[in-house]
Order: sequence, then C-alpha cells, then structure tokens
Amino acid sequence: MRLHIDPKIEQRFFRALLWLLTGVTVFILFFIIFYVLKRGLPAVSLQFLTKNPVEMGKAGGIFSTIVGTVALTLLAILIAAPLGVGSAIYLTEYTRENWATRVIRFGSECLAGIPSIIFGLFGFILFVTKLGLGWSLLSGGLTLAFMILPTIIRTSEEAILSVPYSYREVSFSLGGTKWQTVTRVVLPSALPGIATGVILGVGRSIGETAAVIFTAGSSLHIPNSLFSSSRTMSVHFYILAREGISMSNAYGTAAVLIIAILAINVVAYTLMNRFMRKYC
Amino acid sequence: MDKTVIRAKDFSHFFGAVPVLKNINMEIFQNEIFGIIGPAGSGKSTFLRALNRLNDLIPSSRTEGTLEIRGQDVYAPGISVVELRRRLGMVFATPVPLPRSIFENIAFGARLAGEKSRGRLAELVADCLKKTALWEEVMDRLETSALKLSGGQQQRLCLARILALKPEFIMLDEPTSGLDPISTMKIEETLRKFRAEYTIILVTNNTKQAARVADRTAFFLNGELIEVDRTDKIFSAPSDSRTNDYISGKFG
Repeated sequence: MRLHIDPKIEQRFFRALLWLLTGVTVFILFFIIFYVLKRGLPAVSLQFLTKNPVEMGKAGGIFSTIVGTVALTLLAILIAAPLGVGSAIYLTEYTRENWATRVIRFGSECLAGIPSIIFGLFGFILFVTKLGLGWSLLSGGLTLAFMILPTIIRTSEEAILSVPYSYREVSFSLGGTKWQTVTRVVLPSALPGIATGVILGVGRSIGETAAVIFTAGSSLHIPNSLFSSSRTMSVHFYILAREGISMSNAYGTAAVLIIAILAINVVAYTLMNRFMRKYC
Repeated sequence: MDKTVIRAKDFSHFFGAVPVLKNINMEIFQNEIFGIIGPAGSGKSTFLRALNRLNDLIPSSRTEGTLEIRGQDVYAPGISVVELRRRLGMVFATPVPLPRSIFENIAFGARLAGEKSRGRLAELVADCLKKTALWEEVMDRLETSALKLSGGQQQRLCLARILALKPEFIMLDEPTSGLDPISTMKIEETLRKFRAEYTIILVTNNTKQAARVADRTAFFLNGELIEVDRTDKIFSAPSDSRTNDYISGKFG
C-alpha cells in the first residue's frame, strides 16, 4: 500500500528541507570566513601589510608575499587569458565540430580535473629544471597559467556559444567579415561570461599553494625580476602554520588572502553588472 | 519593357543531398516589389539566403545553375561576398537588434566598412531613421539600447540599419510575422515608398500581404517555382490549380 501524504504537508516539508540544506551551506561558508577573520584580523595592521617578514615570518609583515602573489597571479592571467580565449574562439567560431575538437575539449576537461600538486610537479620538472628557469616568478606563472587554462577555455567557450546565432547572421548580412563578427558582435556579448572564467582563474591562482611552492619557491625577498624566486601569501601561510613559526601571523595572512579574494569578486561583478545594464 | 536585375537560371540549392530549391527560372525587375509566397519549407527563405550567400554559413550547402545579379553570377569564383551582402540588405523574420545603442545599430554596417567620422555617421543615422519613420520616435534617445524598443520599432530599426548600407536591393524574410497590424501597416507603407529607390523582394507567409504590396508574386511549393506573374493575376486568375488552392486557403 502506498503511503498517502497530503500534498500541502509534503510541500511544506520539502520547502523546509531545502531551506535547511541551503542554510547549512551558507553557515559553513560564513563560519570559515568568520573563523579565519576572527583569528587573523588582530594580526593585521598597516605595518603587517607594508613591512617585509622578519625572522622567517615570526615577526614583521607580509609585504613581499603580497607582491609575490600579485605578480604571480598577474603573470598567470596575462599568459592564460589570451591563450584560453583565443582557443575558445577558434574552437567555437573557426572550426566545425569534429574528432579533433572533441579531443581538445576532452583533453582540457581532463586537465581541469588534475590535482594542482601534479601541475606543481610538472612545472618543477619542465620549467624549473629542464628549461633551467629555476624557482622563479616565470616558472610559477607558467605553471599557474597551465592550471587555469582549461577553466578559461571552458567558460569562454560556453559564453561564446550562448551568443545568439542570429547576431552573427545580422553581422554577416550587413557585410561583416568573420573577424569583424567575432570581435564586434560575439566577443562583446560573451564578455561577461569570459570575465567570469578569468575571475575564477584569478581566484584559483591567488589561493594556489601546491603548484606554486614547487615552481616559484619560497624566497621572502621582494621579487625584482621574472627570474626571482618569490613566496605567495598562501605558501607563506602554509609554511608559517606547518613549521609552527607563528600561528597569529599565519592567520593574519589568511585573513588578508580571503579579503583580497572577496574584494576582487565584488569589484569584478559590480563592473560586469554595470557593463551589462548599459545595453542589455 | 522592365529591366531585369536578378535572374535565376535552372538554379538549384542543396543542403547535403536534399534539394531545397529545384530548377528555379525566374526574373526580378528593377524597382518592383517582388513577393514570394508559399507554405513553410517551400524554399522561399533559402532563395533569399542564396542571393546574399548567407547559406554559405551552412556547411553542406551547394548550388547548381546560375543566379545572376545584373548579369553577374553570384556564385562565380572571385565574387566578394562582403560586397554582395552590402548590395542586398536583409531583414529577418524576428527583429534582431544588436545589444547596442540605437545609434550604433544603424551605424554598424558603415562602421564595418570603415567609416569613422562621427559627423558623417550621425548624418547617416538620422537620414535612415527618417526614411523608416522612426526618427520622431527615437531622436531624443539614440544612445539608449535598441533592445528597449517595441517589436515594431525594432523591425523598422532593422530596416533603417540596412538602408545605411546604401543597398540596391532590400530583401525581407517574413518581416511582419511577429508584429501587430498597425506595425505591419507601417512597414508596408514604408516599402511602398521605397519602391522608387530600391528593388524589393518580400518573402511572406501572409498571402494577403503579398496581395497588398507586391507588384508581382511568385508561388513556391516544395522547392519548386509553381508560377510567377503580376500579383493581380496570381490572386484573381492563377494558371496553376495549386496556386489557387494555396491562396484560397485549401492548404498551407
């Protein structure tokens, strides 16, 4: 016999259940942020942000690691964004679906699932030793770029595919060439989606530890060239916590990292919204 | 004697192995409104898209026979497709304003061709909007998004957008299928005015529309041209019984 439940009660029950699930998710998220900020913010001060680490990070600030993080992330994005967006344009606009595109797509999806430490190892073997770039911003930047490339390709591809076909038809029918159609019609419409992919990439780069520690090293000096070794905030946090150098500075670093990522996301989405609202 | 500007000679069009147009022989005269009627899937749109080679975008598309514009085969090697498309302005069934301002929509074609002077563009935009009777309605908000216009306004915007190409031909693919009667009437009025300057090909699934505006009308069925004649003749005494059946609503 089938149990009969009043649809109204059923409705209420599932509404409550879904609310609960969402609530737990949000709670965990806020708990992590709250906890890190609570333990970390007391250590954060202007001094902390602008002074270099002293005694391996036991004292002093984290300035050089901020510089290292920014430089590495910027480098990774500057390499990965053109490569990724370019590949996405080629795959969607310039080729037809065939076995080659499917292999490329499958390959990039597999790449997206590889643990970052494997990228670190790969970067270490290829860039640091084989190509002789040593522990450097360049090795780290290239490794990070490879790591975030699949994400950028995938999101860009999706963004480009979601641009209505009729826009392309209009552009062609008005005497547009393929390149004009791509640059003046497709890309502007796909930009918000592409930007989302790039922002995801930025987020992953900033927070990445495993891939970076093997390739950019952990020097505490302010990097002065592409070939200097540099420590990022996340690596700094890892070393401080792992080796028990200073838990309060470790959490301070984590707090700065979290705030930076939040800030980047908020700014990026605000800019994008403003851009979208103008014409769409 | 009317001057022939478009001539199809045994023109066939295939997508893969499927013939969508079969041995079309037809002429279109200068400065006429040429209506094409026929049920869905009869090849009307394919004919328009063959003229400006928009069908090239479909991988398996292939043609046989010739399709000439002013004596020149559209599918001859060495033809500039970009140039060709600028000569044949096309309006689609659903209005497709690009997600840009009204101004930039109209200026789009000219910008593609390399026009940069803001002054000349402004002149062009105003001129095209006036010709489509849209100027009064939008003159004070040229910088707002074209997506905010009503459906009828959007379709007139699309018409204005192709005028900016300074085309010889205007091709319309069921331009009023999504519009209310008043918007439809405005488009039809505009087309009648345009006849002096352009040659117009109007594909329509509304036979009454062809009867109202077209000088001559062709009836397509399953990729074949059944007959083409003066519109009053087609609608009063068609020579083929299938034409009669279609326009009297027995099928379609």
